[in-house]
Amino acid sequence: MGDWKTITVPVLSSDSRNILAYTSERQRSPTSMNSQVLRLSLPSSKNMYNFFSAFCTEDNIEQSISYIDRELTTLGFPSIYAESKGKELNLIAIINCMNELLSLQHKNLRAQEEVEMQHLKLGSDMDHLQNCYAKLKEQLELSKREIVGLQERDRQLQSKNRNLHQLLKNEKDEVQKLQNIISSRATQYNHDMKRKEREYNKLKERLHQLVMNKKDKKLAMEVLNYVGRADGKRGAWRTDKTEARNEEEMYKVLLSDYEQRQKQLLMENAELKKVLQQMKKDIISLLPPQKQKPKEKSEDGLVLSDQEEDIGELNKDNMWELSCETVREQLTNSIRKQWRMLKNHVEKLDNQVSRGHSGALNEKDVISREDHELETEKLELEIQQCKEMIKTQQQLLQQQLTCDDDTTLLLQDCYLLEERERLQEEWRLFREQKKNFEKERKSFTEAAIRLGLERKAFEEDRGAWLKHQFLSMTADCKSENVTTPSAFLRSNLTDGACLSLLGSDPDIRLLKSASRQRKLPSVFSRTVSPETCHISQYITQNSVASEKPAADKMPNLWVESDDKEETE
Amino acid sequence: ASCIQHRLVVRDASSLQILQLYTCLDQIQHIEWSSDSLFILCAMYKRGVVQVWSLEQPDWHCKIDEGSAGLVASCWSPDGRHILNTTEFHLRITVWSLCTKSVSYIKYPKACQQGVAFTKDGRYMAVAERRDCKDFISIFVCSNWQLLRHFDTETQDLFGIEWAPNGCVLAAWDTCLEYKVLLYSLDGRLLSSYCAYEWPLGVKSIAWSPSSQFLAIGSFDEKVRILNHVTWKKITELDHPATITSKKTIVYKEVEKSPTVDTERLSFPPTRALASSLFSTQSKYDISQVPVSLQYIKPVADRANPKVGVGMLAFSADNCFLATKNDNIPNAVWIWDIRRLKLSVVLEQLCTIQNFQWDPCQPRLAVCTGSSRVYLWSPAGCIVVQVPGEGDFQITSLSWHSSGDSMLLLSKDHFCVCYLEREEV
Repeated sequence: MGDWKTITVPVLSSDSRNILAYTSERQRSPTSMNSQVLRLSLPSSKNMYNFFSAFCTEDNIEQSISYIDRELTTLGFPSIYAESKGKELNLIAIINCMNELLSLQHKNLRAQEEVEMQHLKLGSDMDHLQNCYAKLKEQLELSKREIVGLQERDRQLQSKNRNLHQLLKNEKDEVQKLQNIISSRATQYNHDMKRKEREYNKLKERLHQLVMNKKDKKLAMEVLNYVGRADGKRGAWRTDKTEARNEEEMYKVLLSDYEQRQKQLLMENAELKKVLQQMKKDIISLLPPQKQKPKEKSEDGLVLSDQEEDIGELNKDNMWELSCETVREQLTNSIRKQWRMLKNHVEKLDNQVSRGHSGALNEKDVISREDHELETEKLELEIQQCKEMIKTQQQLLQQQLTCDDDTTLLLQDCYLLEERERLQEEWRLFREQKKNFEKERKSFTEAAIRLGLERKAFEEDRGAWLKHQFLSMTADCKSENVTTPSAFLRSNLTDGACLSLLGSDPDIRLLKSASRQRKLPSVFSRTVSPETCHISQYITQNSVASEKPAADKMPNLWVESDDKEETE
Repeated sequence: ASCIQHRLVVRDASSLQILQLYTCLDQIQHIEWSSDSLFILCAMYKRGVVQVWSLEQPDWHCKIDEGSAGLVASCWSPDGRHILNTTEFHLRITVWSLCTKSVSYIKYPKACQQGVAFTKDGRYMAVAERRDCKDFISIFVCSNWQLLRHFDTETQDLFGIEWAPNGCVLAAWDTCLEYKVLLYSLDGRLLSSYCAYEWPLGVKSIAWSPSSQFLAIGSFDEKVRILNHVTWKKITELDHPATITSKKTIVYKEVEKSPTVDTERLSFPPTRALASSLFSTQSKYDISQVPVSLQYIKPVADRANPKVGVGMLAFSADNCFLATKNDNIPNAVWIWDIRRLKLSVVLEQLCTIQNFQWDPCQPRLAVCTGSSRVYLWSPAGCIVVQVPGEGDFQITSLSWHSSGDSMLLLSKDHFCVCYLEREEV
């Protein structure tokens, strides 16, 4: 096919020359077309020319024309000869045939191209497929190898596993054997130990005999004198009585221990029972009395009544039979029942809550929703009413605020008048009280002045008396007591001064000082601290009994006290 | 009272003034006061002689000679008038009476750690015996030494017996090869037996609570199991792990404080006080944050009596706390709150703990570790007290006074008394 191509190319390039060449080609030898075609595989234009002229030469024009005609008619083309005339050529027919032949040639070329394209494609596809095939083959090889490898590993691991199992079995057997060995050795050792012990005991016996036989002459124990027993009792002979007593005592000890333990356990039991009862009461109170189906109601009612009876019984029983089996069982059973009921109730509540969340319709839910709606309506009504009330009140307030000026002024005046009258009354009272106070103050001051005068007089008398006393005594009257009472006096007076200073109210202060000036001995008893009282008593006693105070010092003291009091 | 070589020195407890001085025949191995504090016995095991001295009459003397029987142990009876001597090889126990000069013998006593136990009120005495390869317990009445009960125990090799403080229950436990604790009532009936596990090493130490409500059993598996007195069944197991993770326990760790020295004050040659203060390290307590991991020592596997398990147990006097020491973690004292059955405090020290003892009146614990410091813990906190003095005073054991006001600290060849001031309310 390619050969035709090469031939056709020069045909297409130059028409006239081609025709010639073609015809010349025809002339040569129609039968040996193929060889000529073969030979025409690599032609040049010149060669082509020669080639084409090989078929039809000047000699065999007619033969070649008739041949061409025959070929064309066999191919289905109209004859190139003119009608009825033998040797004249129909040029139009020839051209048409040539055109047809050219178009055929084109078609064929195109078909050839397509086929060649396809051929190429198929060739490349083949290559590709071959490559893929080669790759897949490689992969298959690889995976096969891998599988083989994994299988190997698996086999190895299984064999390892088997080995380990075997080892484990062996170890277990060994352990068992060792345990057996241990136990057998233990028994053997025990036996040997016992044998050795018996030998040892025999030796000990022998030794004991020897020791006892020796009979040392010297006394085994030397005591200077006997020591009395710790508890003072004498030793007793070993008799049956003593043995019996020993037994008795031992049993007493044991019994007391058991009794103590029993008491403790009883106390614990009682406490625990109390706790259980409390728990029971709590549980009963927690359980809801309503919202039960009639069956349950009756059951609960019965159970409740039972429980109440139980409670009553138990409360009574506790007083009598603390450890009665039946009571205990009843208590525990009732508590268990209560607990179960409580659990059920809690579960129900949980279910309710979960159902409420999910919003599923249920009788109870419907009822509750309706209730909710009713309640919300009521609340809304209330709110409205309240709002209206608030509005009215606001209006009233505004009215109040914005009412006529006259009325407001009058009202204000009324209030003011009331207050004024009240204030005036209070003022009056206050003034009266003030007057009273002033009167009292005056009287007090007068009294104080009088007291002062009297005191002065008294002191002068005293001073004179003391002087007299001192002068009457001789010079050996300087006793130590002089200093101490004076010290005490001074301290006492200072204490009194402090006390009076502490008093805040001037009236009270004056009162105190006044009272003191009035009665000196009794003043000391009025002081707060008991020590000073004692001291005062001592002083008074001293001053009365001893008759030895230094007259010089005393008047000075009194003068000092006067000064102190005056400075108050 | 203290003994030095063959001399016995008696001092006053509050002033440490020497009151009496006695001389014995030989080196004294053991001294013990009688219960009424009128007599002291001095036992000389090598000679086999026991001498008794009186405080009231210094001229009074008494000498008990066991002769060729030898002497291994000696103790007073609770009434203070009888002395129990255990002869060599535990051949017999002789009861010497100071009142009547009479002698009684108890045959076949058991050679175990705690073979003789007196009740707290001093009425009864339990003796562990072994005849024909079987263990027995005999209960005697102390007032006239009459045998009250004699019964056998189901133990392989009885290791120790102890009375409950209420005097009604006797606990007996087996050797460490087998975990078995038996409880007998005063009249010899077996009340209950407890066994926690079978093969590993068993009971290491036992302690009764002061109210007799609990019995704490410390075993070689580093756990303490507490039984209650009503059912004699285990109420809890207290574990001693090496890491403490609970946030509610307080861990006090002893931390060394570097000593502060004034460089200006240094003088040459250095005075003794300065030298001692330089070399003695001060320490104080720090609170460690949980989780804390304690120093854990793995025991040597092929030695007998390994240092594993709970070796020391003590209840506080008010029955609120239990102090334990796990020998695997030798530097820590574990204090458990009994009311909540939980671990409340762990004291971690720098050295191994030698001894601890509760105050007989208050919940106060004193711990000594062989250093020259004594450590006190109470629910209010804990402090470190340094023993003042020259040189090192390594405290190996301590003992409280019965009033809880003072404490005796013993080192190898010295002792000192620590007085605690009472807080004025």
